[in-house]
Amino acid sequence: MSRRLPPTDVVVVGLGWTGSIMSYELCRAGLRVTAIERGPWRDTPTDFPPTTAPDELRYSIRHDLFVRPAQETLTFRNTMNQTALPIRRWGSFLPGNGVGGAGVHWNGQTWRWHPWDFTFHSSSVARYGADFLPQDHMMQDWGITYEELEESFDRFEYLCGISGKAGNLGGQLQPGGNPFEGSRRRDYPTPPMQMTAAPQLFAKAATELGWKPFPQPSANLSQAYTNPYGCKLAPCTYCGFCERFGCGNFSKSSPQTCVLPVLVRHPGFEARTECQVTRVNLSRDGKRATGVTYVDTAGQEWEQPAALVLLCAYQLFNVRLLLLSGIGKPYNPATGEGVVGRNYAYQVTGGATGFFGQDKIFNPFIGAGSVGMVADEFNADNFDHGPAGFVGGASLACILTNGRPITNRPVPPDTPRWGSEWKRATRDNYNRWAAVGLQGSVMPYRGNYLDLDPTYKDSNGLPLLRMTFDFPENERKLSRFAVDRCVEAVRAMGAHTVRRNEISGPYSIVPYQSTHNTGGAIMGSDPKTSVANKYCQVWDVPNVFLSGASLFPMNAGFNPTGPVGALAYWAADAIRDRYLPNPGPLVPA
Amino acid sequence: MRALLLLAALLLSAPAARADNQDWTQVARGRYLAVVGDCVACHKATEGVAASDYAGGRPIETPFGMINAANITPDVETGIGRWTPDDFAQAMREGRRPDGAHLYPAFPYPWYTRMSRQDMDAIFAFLRTIPPVRHAVNRNTLPFPFRIRAAMIGWNMLFFTPGELRPDPAKSEEWNRGAYLVEGPGHCGVCHTPMNALGGSRSSEAFAGQSLQGWIAPNIGGNEALGVGAWGVDDVVQYLRTGATAWTRASGPMAEVVEYSTSGMTEADLRAIAVYLKDRPPRGPAPPAPLAADAPRMRAGEALYIDNCAACHRRDGAGVAGMIPSLKDNQITVQPGVETLARVVLTGVRSAATDLEPTAPGMPSFGWRLDDQQVADLLSYVRNAWGNAAPEVDVSLVRQQRERLTRGP
Repeated sequence: MSRRLPPTDVVVVGLGWTGSIMSYELCRAGLRVTAIERGPWRDTPTDFPPTTAPDELRYSIRHDLFVRPAQETLTFRNTMNQTALPIRRWGSFLPGNGVGGAGVHWNGQTWRWHPWDFTFHSSSVARYGADFLPQDHMMQDWGITYEELEESFDRFEYLCGISGKAGNLGGQLQPGGNPFEGSRRRDYPTPPMQMTAAPQLFAKAATELGWKPFPQPSANLSQAYTNPYGCKLAPCTYCGFCERFGCGNFSKSSPQTCVLPVLVRHPGFEARTECQVTRVNLSRDGKRATGVTYVDTAGQEWEQPAALVLLCAYQLFNVRLLLLSGIGKPYNPATGEGVVGRNYAYQVTGGATGFFGQDKIFNPFIGAGSVGMVADEFNADNFDHGPAGFVGGASLACILTNGRPITNRPVPPDTPRWGSEWKRATRDNYNRWAAVGLQGSVMPYRGNYLDLDPTYKDSNGLPLLRMTFDFPENERKLSRFAVDRCVEAVRAMGAHTVRRNEISGPYSIVPYQSTHNTGGAIMGSDPKTSVANKYCQVWDVPNVFLSGASLFPMNAGFNPTGPVGALAYWAADAIRDRYLPNPGPLVPA
Repeated sequence: MRALLLLAALLLSAPAARADNQDWTQVARGRYLAVVGDCVACHKATEGVAASDYAGGRPIETPFGMINAANITPDVETGIGRWTPDDFAQAMREGRRPDGAHLYPAFPYPWYTRMSRQDMDAIFAFLRTIPPVRHAVNRNTLPFPFRIRAAMIGWNMLFFTPGELRPDPAKSEEWNRGAYLVEGPGHCGVCHTPMNALGGSRSSEAFAGQSLQGWIAPNIGGNEALGVGAWGVDDVVQYLRTGATAWTRASGPMAEVVEYSTSGMTEADLRAIAVYLKDRPPRGPAPPAPLAADAPRMRAGEALYIDNCAACHRRDGAGVAGMIPSLKDNQITVQPGVETLARVVLTGVRSAATDLEPTAPGMPSFGWRLDDQQVADLLSYVRNAWGNAAPEVDVSLVRQQRERLTRGP
């Protein structure tokens, strides 16, 4: 029996990066905001003090910060003719949980995506012709341009205090920055991180190859910083415990360091943790959300009425919540009709690991999630794709994030998996390896999508999300091409042995690859092919707004948090400046 | 006829009972003075009782036992709803309840006595406006013989001088305002002036700091090495208003004082406090000669420091400006007593959060991975490195602190 609570102005589902940013912006606009978070409250000094945060077994191996699959998981299959099975232990991606979400345990690699990414369909057709595009693609532009989002990118970077070097200031290329980036209004708020040995060597080799390497824009901060909200960050200590860990040194931008200190002081804000939203409630005609229903840890069901509902959960779970709530027409791959679940994309990862002689010492334990150098020559449309024969691209980077002892002990190919020879190889190579990795785009395809599983349900009896995905040939070409570039770089760095890390066989959800899932509830300019308009407002239910990477119609060769944060500011502005004065659809359907 | 008279009496007395002063300016003044007096710190309701800052019940730790703070909401049965302004002034000025019973100086009447009657009335007027909360508090929790309230007659004869503070005409208006705030409603000396064995303030040692509740209430007088003598007036103002300066952050009981009280005070009042405190005589012991850098304890402590502390507090002890306290040129590091330092290392501590300093960084606990000897060596090093000079730390002090913290108050 559901118990009904007094209404609030705004319900925010999920208190991670976007939930905290939008909560605070709307509190400041005078609204009462209730954030409902499935996981526990988390705060820096109490939950990840530097004395206990660097615990590889607890956090990296036993996944302490991630959602427990018993609480919520999904089923997976490669193709539509297979039966999907539930993921019972996270592998290729690691969905966050609790206050701060994945913003707690990310590496901090913070990008503005390329202007090309937002118009990737029309720009590809214009340059290469429609026939060049891969078979069964679902490519379509975002309905928003880089230029429109530029201010929001800037605000997110200044919220975080990102450490980097501008490559393009107002159209003027800047030496030392990314020459391919879109024009920015000002430089990063803090200077780049200090480079460790491996990225320095990569930068030298990349320059010899004719590339223009630049420092990875980093949310691990190079120096102390106070953001526009008055929240403070301390300089990174290069401890090498970023990804999968909370930062105890206040050195990594996160909701905890950048937003929550002011958000929790705001009288208009309330958070309810360990409460799982199970659906968005709709009016009888289905055109208006009336609030949400959630279940607390005692199993009690509550109804929280609200005038506005913001879905700020992780990409996969935002899509599931839409499907469970009956918002938007579910995508049908047989007909190509419907919108919720379409344009799901993963990311191409891999690269090359080089093993070096006695003359090199890399000290991988001096690291941080975003300490590294990047080459952007083969990303987006930064090169002529005609001879390459595929659409999309990859960024190449040497980022030595850590030398953690359980997982990070690469050995050359053909080394035994255990025994004294393996131990010797581990000892000899721990300090003498470096990798150049890639992050590659994935285009949307007709057969890669999300829907509700017909068989498997969660503990509340609700169907799990089902993922159907494999890498198409276009992305396999991209992988081979980009890994070739990584191998060139590692050889130029002087490695005596190189291991290729590339896609082989069907996509596997077992080894970790990337938590950058995108799409499924995409934004666009046509309600027939997108869930939300350019303001992240759901076409069919205008008092529901979306955030996060579920909005992306494609996946790019960069990490997604930059545009995720930018879109949160963009949508919060649209709600405050456009929706509140005149509640209703912000774009005529 | 008798009934009529009774009715008339009731009709006449009813308005009288409601004749509280509802003058907005007086109430607003009273609210501000209640912030200055930090009433909330003690009178806040115990968790789960009521969402009231004044319903009482919080146990106050004294050297003689625990005392529960009174309910000072206007509830007739359990609060001060029957009190008159004169009753309130008598409590503030003389430390006596309307029934004549003596209050204990855990209620800082030896400081409040120095306030003007006008200010007392303003606070009372404010307290009349807050919602009454029915919450009976056990006010007699002290053990024998301290639970005999009449004992306070003798105590008052020895240590209590009632009466309003007289301004010093030789000093500026700002200095006098500071004196009034510090010596009166602010009652800074309750913690920062050493107490004698009977809990009386040693005025000859005013503001020289003392050990209290397992913390060091540091020297806040004009001593440059130990107090605020080397601070600028702006530094004191910033500290009290935001809870932080570039080199230090309020934590422990002072974090509460900042959060409830000083962060809500006007800049003019904070400046006045700073001017007055900086002008207090420089009391406290002269610093000893520092330990030699090559002393075995210094070497042991330095090794521990590099492994455990240097990442945040930096190799040179300077910390991160405005974020992670400096351990050099920070008076807290070299106070004669080490309760605060030992406590911070053993259990960790969270700094104050204010609107101007919303980030409240915390020091993690090291008690689970450093033993008493290691903590003593580490602190001896910190207190004598980078130009610091303070007595080295005996392991027994760390042991006592660990026992106290393990046992609870």
